[in-house]
Amino acid sequence: MTLIDLSARGGNTFMQAAIQACRVLNAALHEIFDESAYERFLTRTDVARSKASYRLFLREKEASLASKPRCC
Amino acid sequence: MKIAKILLWLAVSVAGAIAVAALALHRGESINAMWLVLAAICTYALGYRFYSKFLAARVLALDALRATPAERLDNGRDFMPTNKWVVFGHHFAAIAGPGPLVGPVLAAQFGYLPGTLWILVGAVFGGCVQDFVILLFSVRRDGKSLGQIARDEVGKTAGTVAFIAVLSILIILLAVVALIIVNALKDSPWGVFTIAMTIPIALLMGVYLRYLRPGRVLEASALGLILVLLAIFGGQWVSHSSASGIFTLSGVTLAALIMIYGFAASALPVWLLLAPRDYLSTFVKLGTIAILAVGIVLVHPTLQMPGLTRFIDGSGPVFAGNLFPFAFITVACGAISGFHSLISSGTTPKLIARETQTRVVGYGAMIAESFVGIMAMIAACTLQPGTYFAVNSGAGMVGGSPTAAVATISNWGYPVSAEQMSTLAAVVGEKTLFFRTGGAPAFALGMAKIFSDSLGGARVMALWYHFAIMFEALFILTVLDAGTRVARFMLQDALGHLWKPLGRTSWYPSIIATSALVVAAWAWFLWQGIRDPLGGINTLWPLFGICNQLLATVALCVATTIIVKMGRARFMFVTLAPLAWLIAVTFSASWHKMFDPNPLIGFLAHARQLAAGPAGPGLARRIFNDRLDTAVCGLLIVLVSVIVIESARQWISVISGRRQPTTQEAPFVATQLAEEVL
Repeated sequence: MTLIDLSARGGNTFMQAAIQACRVLNAALHEIFDESAYERFLTRTDVARSKASYRLFLREKEASLASKPRCC
Repeated sequence: MKIAKILLWLAVSVAGAIAVAALALHRGESINAMWLVLAAICTYALGYRFYSKFLAARVLALDALRATPAERLDNGRDFMPTNKWVVFGHHFAAIAGPGPLVGPVLAAQFGYLPGTLWILVGAVFGGCVQDFVILLFSVRRDGKSLGQIARDEVGKTAGTVAFIAVLSILIILLAVVALIIVNALKDSPWGVFTIAMTIPIALLMGVYLRYLRPGRVLEASALGLILVLLAIFGGQWVSHSSASGIFTLSGVTLAALIMIYGFAASALPVWLLLAPRDYLSTFVKLGTIAILAVGIVLVHPTLQMPGLTRFIDGSGPVFAGNLFPFAFITVACGAISGFHSLISSGTTPKLIARETQTRVVGYGAMIAESFVGIMAMIAACTLQPGTYFAVNSGAGMVGGSPTAAVATISNWGYPVSAEQMSTLAAVVGEKTLFFRTGGAPAFALGMAKIFSDSLGGARVMALWYHFAIMFEALFILTVLDAGTRVARFMLQDALGHLWKPLGRTSWYPSIIATSALVVAAWAWFLWQGIRDPLGGINTLWPLFGICNQLLATVALCVATTIIVKMGRARFMFVTLAPLAWLIAVTFSASWHKMFDPNPLIGFLAHARQLAAGPAGPGLARRIFNDRLDTAVCGLLIVLVSVIVIESARQWISVISGRRQPTTQEAPFVATQLAEEVL
């Protein structure tokens, strides 16, 4: 994720903190919703984003998803 | 600077003390919910800043230079160093379920004060500590599960007990969440239609993810949310159309459908329906919790429920039992939940990049969960007490008919009329709101009131109510299908020791048989709840609370044992104190549930009352159910006693010097991760 470096332009601390917070929130959402896991899978297996590669990713992920408890 | 910090924390302490005092000493008139929010925020801030820091530095000696399993075993899949706030979000999404919403709503029958104090104190000194220490101990043991850690550190028996406790809690949990959903949706065509529509919506999401935009889960979830919102509007139309009869289902029919759903969810492949549904449920859950927090701050509603009600004497219509111990098993997840120890020793420890991050993830995420409990308490207590009791009481507790119910509840000093209830039902688009036990409808009413006060007014209250019901039902169904699958995996794992093919998770006869066994187990309790004239929750929620807190007892036994073995016995009070409290709570609650002479509380007394009464259809089965519940309670108490005794033996032998204090931690390896990576 590329962000404008506000400190280099003398941007204020509040804006930097806000941008950082958005960046972390975005990363957390990508992690929670397995988008990052798919990206890592693509990097690890050196394949492109496609229906076939997503099917492979799901197959790999299925066992861990199936045994993941959801809390009460 | 230092003086400024001291002054700041002094101000936080004083503000917190004033807020708690205002809540505790306020009598007679209603009080603004912001006092509760202020008390909670100050308590959490102090707990995190001081107590968790003490735990991190003095008790656990977190070592930022020690490589975690995420770094050492990094495989880009399960193990992987991850930004601490990302892990925080991931962990919170996994621990947040219906428990912190339903428990406080039920405990509100005692008034807002007991539940609130327990949520705050229980979280800061119990739940957060449990989640934090179990997370760290799992990180130091290559991400092992609670059962494995119990086996390694306490003994084989402890491992077996942990396994049985986990399986039992899963079964009771699944029954109780299924009952909540049945009670929320019975005779509600609007609710049933909306929830039914989540199935094709999830399938569409699955198709979108697989064939149209592979891997774009956030996009698919946002699309799913829009479709679900349309389904809520569609539900309103259906409820007024000639098709409403198709979606008006009795409790028995809904229970049967949920059993079929649970079985299918466990036995069929996960993708296409269940995984997209899981994503959708998480998406809605996180969004709704966030907007509820904003709504409470915007509306700052007034709490209508008194601080303490007359039902602290144990005669409550929502569930019977005295303030002690029943308030403390009713509010579980918002204060301390054994189930969290499974998450803290599951996925999360494999993502922690540095030991020091376990503080914010373990302790911090539980604070967030606890605040969800506080919001649920606020939502329930914004209702007029008469309305709250009319919705939450079982027919058998308040007279059997709406007329008798309003008379009984008004006689208790909480005035409510049948006209008020029917107007309210009409406003939220329901035929009736009487006897909607389980907590979900009462929470949805409170939430709809807060939402409609902040956006749209009374005209849209019906939409908000059904949005809240959809939100609860959606993630309860996710808990149900994920829980059934997990229980099936556990059962297969155990049965595989008896006959290897049964342990193969890809062998269909085994999948079918174990899925059927798991569903049959929770369906038994669900059926019992559906047919219970007292509403089912009176029996099942305390049983669930006992199971959940017994699992926390197991986790705290394991944690105390490790602290002692680490040579830090002088600090064992940090886990021993909540452990002692939980033992007192769970053992006395179990004793009451088994042997209390009041048939509304004690299973055996209830069985005796039934046996002495007139014979009728199903009498033998109901008596058997009471005895079965007694046996389940007794078995769990015996098993947990075993692990407590086993752990105490370990503590004594280490403290007395008879045994060398050695733990099964993975050897120290220095981290290679640069500071900026973390």
